[in-house]
Amino acid sequence: MNVKSGWLDSTGLRKRFILLSLAAALVFALLLLRLWYLQVISAERYLALSEKNRIRHVAIAAPRGPVYDRNGELLVDNRPSFGISVLRQEVDDAADLLDRLADYLQVPREDLQKRWDAGLRFPAFRPMPLAEDISRDVLELVQENSVNLPGVLIEVRPLRSYPYAESAAHLFGYLGEITEAELQSKEFEGYRPGDFVGKSGLEKSLEPKLRGIAGQRRVEVDVRGKELRLLKIQDSVPGNKVYLTIDRKLQQATEAAFGETSGSAVVMDARTGAVLAMASLPSFNPALFARGISGEEWISLLQNPHHPLQNKSIKGQYPPASTFKIVTALAALKAGIANPGTTVNCNGSFSLGNRAFRCWKKHGHGRVDLKKALKESCDVWFYQVGLELGIDRLSQMALDLGLGETLGFPLEYEKSGLVPTRQWKKKRYGSRWYDGETVIASIGQGYVLTTPLQLATMMATVVNGGKVLRPQVVRRVESLGGELLGEVTPEVIKSTPLAAADLKVVLKALDAVVNEPGGTAWASRINEVHYGGKTGTAQVVRLKDDRDRKREAPYRFRDHGLFVGYAPVDDPQIVVAVVVEHGGGGGSAAAPVARKIIASYFGIEDPPVVSVPEESAEPVEGTEAEGGADSVDSAAPAVPAAQSLTPAEE
Amino acid sequence: MFDRRLLLHFDWVLLGTICLVAALGILNLYSSTSTWEMGTPVYVKQSYWLCIGLVIALAVCTIDYRHLEYLGFIFYAVNLGLLLFVLLFGKTSMGATRWIDLGFFHLQPSEIMKLVIIITLARYFDERGQVHGHTLGDLKIPFLLLGAPALLIMKQPDLGTAMLVLFIGATMALFAGIRRGTLVLLSIAGGLAAFGGWFLLRDYQKERIRTFLDPERDPLGSGYHIIQSKIAVGSGGFFGKGFMKGTQSQLSFLPERHTDFAFSVFAEEWGFVGSLLLLLIYLFIVFWGIYIARRAADRFGMFLALGVVAMIFWHIVVNLGMVIGLLPVVGVPLPLFSYGGTSMVTTMIGTGLLLNVSMRRFMF
Repeated sequence: MNVKSGWLDSTGLRKRFILLSLAAALVFALLLLRLWYLQVISAERYLALSEKNRIRHVAIAAPRGPVYDRNGELLVDNRPSFGISVLRQEVDDAADLLDRLADYLQVPREDLQKRWDAGLRFPAFRPMPLAEDISRDVLELVQENSVNLPGVLIEVRPLRSYPYAESAAHLFGYLGEITEAELQSKEFEGYRPGDFVGKSGLEKSLEPKLRGIAGQRRVEVDVRGKELRLLKIQDSVPGNKVYLTIDRKLQQATEAAFGETSGSAVVMDARTGAVLAMASLPSFNPALFARGISGEEWISLLQNPHHPLQNKSIKGQYPPASTFKIVTALAALKAGIANPGTTVNCNGSFSLGNRAFRCWKKHGHGRVDLKKALKESCDVWFYQVGLELGIDRLSQMALDLGLGETLGFPLEYEKSGLVPTRQWKKKRYGSRWYDGETVIASIGQGYVLTTPLQLATMMATVVNGGKVLRPQVVRRVESLGGELLGEVTPEVIKSTPLAAADLKVVLKALDAVVNEPGGTAWASRINEVHYGGKTGTAQVVRLKDDRDRKREAPYRFRDHGLFVGYAPVDDPQIVVAVVVEHGGGGGSAAAPVARKIIASYFGIEDPPVVSVPEESAEPVEGTEAEGGADSVDSAAPAVPAAQSLTPAEE
Repeated sequence: MFDRRLLLHFDWVLLGTICLVAALGILNLYSSTSTWEMGTPVYVKQSYWLCIGLVIALAVCTIDYRHLEYLGFIFYAVNLGLLLFVLLFGKTSMGATRWIDLGFFHLQPSEIMKLVIIITLARYFDERGQVHGHTLGDLKIPFLLLGAPALLIMKQPDLGTAMLVLFIGATMALFAGIRRGTLVLLSIAGGLAAFGGWFLLRDYQKERIRTFLDPERDPLGSGYHIIQSKIAVGSGGFFGKGFMKGTQSQLSFLPERHTDFAFSVFAEEWGFVGSLLLLLIYLFIVFWGIYIARRAADRFGMFLALGVVAMIFWHIVVNLGMVIGLLPVVGVPLPLFSYGGTSMVTTMIGTGLLLNVSMRRFMF
């Protein structure tokens, strides 16, 4: 080049141009190196991240399996419910949104705030639930105002529904949101936060069968979480159908029989051990839990002195009182201590050493044989015979009949009751067994404790000649398509044969309890169906005056009324155990309940009321001392009584 | 007055390459904003800006760049005044005061400053003549010329533009020659200034730098841009996800995808192959610009061309460095690729200057 070469072709300048170009190339090479790292070396990782951005896995809740009674009547089902959820990504002003929602939903602002805070542990894109099972009116209101409610979604969810509300609630149990601890445990693998799981009852013990398999939708979403495209869907598999041994009508009749009183009843098929009805009163409505129970509702259930949440049929432990005389009688007959002709003269009191044990009938029963002792529930006869029999043989018979041990009922926290033995006393109290304790044990007081389920089982064992049947409540499990997945057949836990002659004597006496004048349950007889049984009145606490034991005493000190029975007498089909808590006498409180249950089972409408004979109106059984209060306290320790007073939750 | 030789020597290569990149940019905008429903599509608006830009570039060509030499200081003084005016009466938007509202148009003096500083420094270094190496004393004036607007721009605050002004000036000074000792001294001083400057930064600026160093500390907040951009670029892989098929951009996970992060969209959809190609084209423009500078008819033209190349180069490097996670997020657009009228006009004036120098290389 010509003129300009003077300044441009200087070597220094040329060098600079070359350096400049090299520097630029170097910087670009650096950028390319980085791009190579991102787009070639790390491509797979970033592709996975971008897929994670784009694809969301949305779980489809599997409907829980329905529960039917023995006749195929639907007892527990699901119904569609509408819930309010919020996608928090789309919410700019949470406080304002919650204000509006509280207004539309008519719920306290703080409750929503709590739910909101709780929802923060969910992944950011997961809608967080704020309200469940809203009414149609509220639903419409929310829909109309959806423009002012950014991020608010209306979700349809299957909700557990209970067509018979409170009926058999303890059997079904209830659902609750899965806890953090449960999520961590192996048992709940595959569950997600927010899932509802069985917390008690059959819902809990049958959780794996009822749960079903959640489905999944793979959807493409944009950054706001809006679903753009369905990529893949995997349908949920509904939970299995469970058929129970329960008879819905009988269950309801059993509960109705209690009226306003608290307590428990178990009705079992005497031949199979199938539980036909299992009532625990007062009850609760499991639907409250299905939609998430409020704090107030929960506290009011917990603080109710009648313990509505407790399944008293398997968790309530009561002294069997005079119903235990069946055990004592059979043990005495087996041991040859007594025979049908064994007579004792009852003058209203029985002396052992310097202590006196009273009969419930103040002036005594006079000459009493085995039949009369059971029929009129004479305590003195049993004191005498029990003392001769001894605790060892008495306890053995109780155990043989199915008392003192859990029965493998498919519900959690079944209680074992208590059949005291010498070894148990030694271990528990570190002292030897006293004869006075045998005396009161022979009438089912003292240490002895039983659950209503055990009492029914005991009665069934007697009518079956010593075969202890396992009480069962699940009959069959089927897939939704009807495929049989499991069937429960009658099962004998153990069998200690009873002499036919002994049985005949005892059952004859139990027949007389109801069907002969003077029997403690004579007032509750049913002319159409002859049933037999035994009343019992369990002392909760020792009271000084007989009058106190009646209506005047504070509720929690009143006696429990008990009745165990079987029907009909000539071919037993069912056994019944009834406990009316603090209801007073077994004849006055429990037998009428049993009568209604039995009448219902046999389809007898409104059995005619029979006039109540004076003597057996309110039998007062138990022990009282005439002197030496201290020694009596040791004979009737307060511990088991206290246990029955407030049956402990697990 | 019009010389036929001008047409003869017109730099079709540069204009063609520029138009090629701009076209790719518009194609990319078409893809990244295809889901937007409201108003005139962004790619159409960008096409308008390209046309306006081309007209401006050609207009810049028609006036001999040598007139700029004596106009330079006037431009500089006026623009500095405008920057002061902005600081006092400017239009505020999104926490920054950068614009003068002219009713029909929002004037952004800081953008113009990039060009003005090029002209001013080109004149300065031209007048200094051939020096064997500038000493600290020699650099007093360019330092002042550079420092005043940079400070004013930083005050707006607009860290990105301020940095660019400094980078452009530094590149030009470096090329003009600096003594080795002075260079070492300046490096140390620069390091100290950067350290001290930390305390002058606004909170949001500090946050950006912190986030750059560790984006995961706030993945949904200030780290979000960097994380999502890296995911977009990286997930493109070698061959890319295909035109209009970038999930990061199409599903809006990528923020600012039509402006600062336009390259992420391109990289996601065209992969490493596309990125490489685009970078090579940009590098070609830079090299071609250097080539123009080398062939310039005079020293002023050479420095002018170098300044424009430096401006384009630093825009590319800072923007790409930002979207691929090498530099903090400073909000510098990618020339011809990011949507925006201001960036397009500035780039096109620069292109006009390059064309201008290039076509007058034989004229004295």
